[in-house]
Order: sequence, then structure tokens, then C-alpha cells
Amino acid sequence: MKKTILAGLGLVLGLTSFAAAETVTIYSGRGEALIAPLIKQFEAETGITAEVRYGGTSELATLLLEEGANSPADVFWAQDAGALGALSPAFADLPAEVNETVLDAFRSDANKWVATSGRTRVLVYSTERVEEGDLPQSIADLTDEKYKGRVAWAPTNGGFQAFVTAFRLTEGDEAVKAWLEAMIANEAKVYRNNGTQIDAIANGEVDFGLINNYYLGRYTARDAEFPVRQTTFAAGDIGNLVLVAGAGIVEASDNKENARKFIDFLLSPAAQQFITLQGYEYPVRTGIIPHATLEPLEAVNEISPKVDTNALGDLEATLNLLREVGLL
Amino acid sequence: MTVLATFTRAGRTPRPPLLLVVPALVVGIGTFLPAFYLLVRALDADASQLGEIVFRQRNLFLLLNTLKLVAVVLTLGTLIALPAAWLVTRTDIRFKGLLSFLMALPLAVPGYVMAYALLGLSGYYGFARQWAGISLPPLHGLWGAGLALSLYTFPYLFLNLRAAFLGMDPAFEESAQSLGKSRLVIFCYIVLPQLWPAMVASWLIVGLYVIGDFGAIALMRYEVFSYAIFTQYSGAFDRTYAAWLSLMLLALTVAALSAQRAVTRNRRFARTGSGSARIARPVRLGRWHFAAWAFIALVVLCSFGLPLMVLGHWMQFGLPKMDWAQLGRAAIGTFMAAGPAAILTMVLAVPVVLLTLRHPGLFATLIERLAFLGYATPALAFALAMVFFALRTAPFLYQSYALLMFAYVMSFVALAFGPIRLALLQIGTRQEEAARALGVSPAAAFMHVVLPRLRRPMVAGCLLVFIMVVKELPITYLLAPMGYSTLAMNVFSRTNEGMMGDAAPFALGIILFSSLFVGLILKYEGGAVRTAGEARNS
Repeated sequence: MKKTILAGLGLVLGLTSFAAAETVTIYSGRGEALIAPLIKQFEAETGITAEVRYGGTSELATLLLEEGANSPADVFWAQDAGALGALSPAFADLPAEVNETVLDAFRSDANKWVATSGRTRVLVYSTERVEEGDLPQSIADLTDEKYKGRVAWAPTNGGFQAFVTAFRLTEGDEAVKAWLEAMIANEAKVYRNNGTQIDAIANGEVDFGLINNYYLGRYTARDAEFPVRQTTFAAGDIGNLVLVAGAGIVEASDNKENARKFIDFLLSPAAQQFITLQGYEYPVRTGIIPHATLEPLEAVNEISPKVDTNALGDLEATLNLLREVGLL
Repeated sequence: MTVLATFTRAGRTPRPPLLLVVPALVVGIGTFLPAFYLLVRALDADASQLGEIVFRQRNLFLLLNTLKLVAVVLTLGTLIALPAAWLVTRTDIRFKGLLSFLMALPLAVPGYVMAYALLGLSGYYGFARQWAGISLPPLHGLWGAGLALSLYTFPYLFLNLRAAFLGMDPAFEESAQSLGKSRLVIFCYIVLPQLWPAMVASWLIVGLYVIGDFGAIALMRYEVFSYAIFTQYSGAFDRTYAAWLSLMLLALTVAALSAQRAVTRNRRFARTGSGSARIARPVRLGRWHFAAWAFIALVVLCSFGLPLMVLGHWMQFGLPKMDWAQLGRAAIGTFMAAGPAAILTMVLAVPVVLLTLRHPGLFATLIERLAFLGYATPALAFALAMVFFALRTAPFLYQSYALLMFAYVMSFVALAFGPIRLALLQIGTRQEEAARALGVSPAAAFMHVVLPRLRRPMVAGCLLVFIMVVKELPITYLLAPMGYSTLAMNVFSRTNEGMMGDAAPFALGIILFSSLFVGLILKYEGGAVRTAGEARNS
């Protein structure tokens, strides 16, 4: 009882940081439901106590910017490359060898952050209202009359914005602007994120959606009849873009050693296997058993366009473009 | 009894006591911080970008959409809450306690659950489809968002209107009736004006809530102003232009506050003659009983039945792999956040309201408006303001429990003003003055004469703050101590990953948890009403 009171008092006065000697503080944009087991394993393996602040990637990124040099965070684990890019100035340099363990396609040259998993952009569609023959071969097809009012997208979503950035880098701003305007004219419907697009297809609001690959598995795993499937566009189409989630060490951290241990752990075979199987994502290193329901990474790499992952952090021009056409 | 609504200056003394000034200063400073922070951030802006982001046509369009949404929600909410409040206070309908409980419950439903429930009506797992085999057109846009928001905000109007009906002196109506006026005329000319302050105060609170809401609106795909702010923070990680947009929202709040002040200024509804108020004689519903019950059944079904069915459906997937320990921890965390915050809020709200009523002037007005600005500040901006000031002035408090409480209280203190203000207006100053005339000190007169009669509005205010904190997210996310976990945080971390089933037990936890408190408080309050009634009749 006394202990509880003392602990309570410590909590009230904000003195909790005196409690444990070996700790690491993580700001995680990845959900607790998914990664809590991973954190437990890290603690068991290293004896380091991990203090995790869970939140939306964007909220935590904004928080880190606000905290600046006073941030208590040691590591930031983000859901998308846009957030990592925006925070690069607040990250410490990673030793070059960290990125060397990572597959070429996911490597960050600037060594400000490291990819912890890969994912792809995919097309989801209704099995009830879409015939195989009606599937579009390219994102350009979606502006066709036949898809009018049937396509969902999420302009505020990090994954979608990364896709627009890659699109700009490969085809130029004018082409992207024309596509966005044609999509708007074709009555594409705005949703907030990936999951809501899947719900909307099941609910009959729309027939197609542009999302990341790892959401649908969570629906079909518990309901094999779920009336939504996912597919890719034709080889080389920008709609098949490969993206990353990743982590960096916060410059303000006074505990960079443990931060590094956590990042090394995330890149370890055990953690990579966990993320691959539980998260329906792609491992960033070799020697991991791939998820049975996902296309093999080699196949994905073959059909995805070649875009430099590092350049996807440059959001400014993308946001301006999205504002210009009235999507933001 | 003499005049109905006189414009007197009753009960004012020239200088407010320190007991009122100190809490008011705390509230004033605490709620000024977010506005100040926004100004600091706004000053970083670059002029050319400013025009592009802040002063664009689209913002006007979003602002217009926001106003439309507010109008729809207030209209729908009043259409539900006013008849419901009348039914449970002025008629011979049975089970009044239970009905009040059911009408207050939807407050506990998280916005996104309500939106999902309405969308789910027509959706793949929808009841229309699974049970009746029909497919309804999906609700979305203005009407979808308006309906979803009114269905979980109307209880706020209901609770305030119910309190207003209960505190109303029926002698006014009886006099009018004895003069041969019809029921309708009496309602329009005697009852409505007395309800007016409660109505306007709750419109303000609900309106400001609607302006800031994001969850239900995003699901209903209706674009409002909060969308623009969200986009700045989330897409661009940009605090400068988000600050500008937030300041525009605060300007809107100031306009709403001035409008509210203009329409409820200095009205007084306390009896001024001898005698004391009685409990109103109930109206016999007769054959209208059926219509009344049909109305209530429809409201309960939509506002509480639907969300429960949706959660029940998700539970099938969530229950098998339920982590009970985590649920327990989250429930304790929620209680530890919401309980103390609600009580602290009340401790600060009562002096501020007393100050505005008894010592009106520039200072009181300023404090009151600042509190509303605090409430209207977008939660993420509010939390960032606390981060900004804590790190600069008291870093040892950063992400501590104490700072979390401070942030909750400052963010929600305005919520408690409505019920307390109304009660103080109804209590009037006569009895307190009588006590003073008998030689009792002002503080003692207040403690013995006014405070006991404030008990009911104080619990009502506590309840509102409690439920808001239970559902709150951005402030908790950014300011809670490390490892602190609430039910709402658990819901978000799962729904955000598309794991609706795993989120369901926690969302149900929020509803059960809040309903428990609604029930307890209404029970206690009901007891208080009965005792008061018996005392008056004896």
C-alpha cells in the first residue's frame, strides 16, 4: 500500500524517470495492438525497460517538433516515409552499418533513419460488383468513364501522399495535376484512411480503393467471405509503389546507446519475422519466411516502379499540388 | 412574486473576494495559454505561404459547411432534447428516472462508433441487409454527419433543459393559466423564455463541440473547417499554418460568445416576492402516452441501440483473444484521469460562475470568454500549447500526471459553466441576502444557503467533464505519463490498424464505464430532487 502511495506521489510530481536505470523511450506511430508483443520481447532480450508513447504518427511527429531539444524521446518509430523525412533534421545520424543490413530497395542513403518494414500500394475492389475483366491496368485507367463515382482515395493519408510524391518524381507535376483533376472530375470519393476505404467497399459505397497492402489481410483472416480482394496494376505502374515504415534516433536523446539497441532489435531476424507474419508486411532483410498470402517481394520489386525511397520524404511540393487541385 | 424577467442588478457587491478572484485567475491564465501559444506560432508565418494556405477560397467553403453542420446538429438535437426533457419533468409519464438515464446515455458513445453504427445500418454487416435483406442508401455528407453528431450530443441539451424545467417555478405558468391563457401560449411566452438561458448555453457548448469534432465527420465524408486544421498538422507537420487556422476558429468562437451574451444578458428568473417554488403539477398525457413512448423508443434505438448492436457484432471477433488485464489497466487509467479532472473542474468552475454573476465586469467577462476559448481550441493545438509552456517553464512537470490534470481542467472547465450558471440564476440572491442580514459572513451564507442547492448542477457538470475526459484523445496521447493507458487510447490504437474486433471490448468498456456514472449520478440527483420536493411540500 505504502509503495502504491509513493508510486502515485512520484507519478503526480513527474519523478518517474528516476525509477529505472536502463530504459529507452520510444515514440511509436505504430499501434500498440500490433507491436506490444515485440516490445515485451525486446525487454526480455536486453533487460532494458522500454517506455512507449503510442499515438498517431502525425501527432507524435508534431509533438517531437514541438519538444525540439527538450524531447524525452530516444527513438521515433513512424508509419510512413513522409513523417521520417519531415523529422530528418531532428534525427541523429545513424552509423552507416545500420542501413547496410537492409535490402537495397529499402535503404536510406542519408542515414537519418532506417526502414523497419516494407509495404506496397495496391488496388482493392469489390468481389460483388467488379468482374476480373473490368480491373484497371493502370491508375490512369481510373479516370475512365466506366469508373465514374466508383473509386475511393484518401488525400490526407501518408501512404497516398507518398504515392503522389513518387508519381511527381517519375512523371512530373503537370502529369500528376492532370491525373488528380481527372480523378476529381470522375467523382473519386474522399475517405480518411485505408481501413475506411475497405469498409466502404464492403458496404457498397464504392467499388475500388487505393490503399496499402497490409490492411485487407486483417479482414479476410477472420472472415473468408469478406467481399473485398486486392490486386496490383500492370508491371511498372506507379500504383504498385513500394513504401516503408521506419525509425530514427532522436538527436535530443541522452540515451542513444539504448536507442541503437532498440533499432538493431527491430532489424533482427526475430523481429522482422514477427512484423512480416503479424503485420502482413515485407521484411527489410533476407532470410525471413514471407507471409503466405502476400505476393513474394521479388515479384513486387519486379512490377513496382523504380523510385528512390529517400526522395519520398519531400512532401512540400506534393501538399502544394494537392491544395492547388482542392483536395486538401 | 412580481415580474417574470426583470433586468435588475441584484446581489452585486463592488469588490469580488479573493476566494473568487484566485480561482478565476488560475482559469484565466490556464485557458489563455493555448491562445497565446497559437499567436506565437502564427507569428512564424511567411507572408506568401500565408495567403496560399490561410486565405484561400476553400477555407470559406469549409467554414460555410461547418456552419451548416452546426445548424443541423442544433436543430435536430433540440427537436429530440426539448420534448424529451418536457416529458420527463412535466408529464405523468412513468419511469422518469429510467427515461432520464436512457436519454443521457448516448453521451457515452464515442463519435466514431456512432458514425459506424449509422453507416453500418446499410453496410455489409448492416442490420438492414442481414435481417431484412434490403439495402438502404448509405448516409453520408451533411445529413449523415449531422445525424451522427446530434445523436450523441443531444443528451447535453437534454440534461441542461431537464435541469431548467426542474428548477423552474411553476407559479408563473399557473398564474398565466388562471388568466385564461392556452397551453401553447403559456409554453411560448412563459416556459420558453425561462428555458432560454439553458438552451443558449447548451447550444454554445454543442456548437463549439461540433466545430472541433473530427471522428464522425471524417467517416461521414463531410468536409468542414477542422479538416483544414487536421490536414496542416497531419499532412504537412506544420504548426504555423495550423495555428492560423485555429485562430480563425477562435475568432468564430468569440463571435458566438458575443451572440450568446447579447441574447441572454442579465435575465433573472428567480421569484422576487414571498413564498417558495413548488413541484409543477404533471400534465396528463392520456392517449398521447403511445406517441410519447414511440418517440422515446425511436430515440433510444437510434442513439444507443444501434451503437450497441455494432459493437456487439465486432465483439464476436474481439472476445476470443481478449486481454482482460489490459482492459482492467485501461479502465483504471481512465478512471484516474476522468474522476479527479471532473472534481477539480468543478472546484474551479463554481467560483468563476459566481464571479460572472455577482461581480460582472471586464475581469469576469474576460475570464469567462477565455475559458470558452480554451474549450474551443482544437485539442491537438491545446496539447501542443501545454507541451510548449511546460518545457519552457517547468520541465519537471512535463508529461506528468499533474500537468495532464491541469490540461483536462483548462480544456473542459467551460463545460461546467452552463448548469451552475442556470442554477445560480434560479436560486437568486434573496435568501443569501437574508442570511447576510442575520449577520452571517458572505462565505458562510454561501456555504449554507447556496451551496446545498448547487449540489445537483455540480454533479451534472462533473458528469459532463468526466465523460468528455473518458473519450478524450489528443491531450491524453501527448501529455499522459509514460506507459499511461486509457480505454480511448486502446480503442484508437486498434481501429487505426483496422482492427475493429479488437477495439470493440474497449469501446464497449467506454460506454459501460460512462453509463455506470450516468446512472449513479442520476440516481443520486433523483434522490436530491425528491428530498427537496418533500421538504418544500411539508
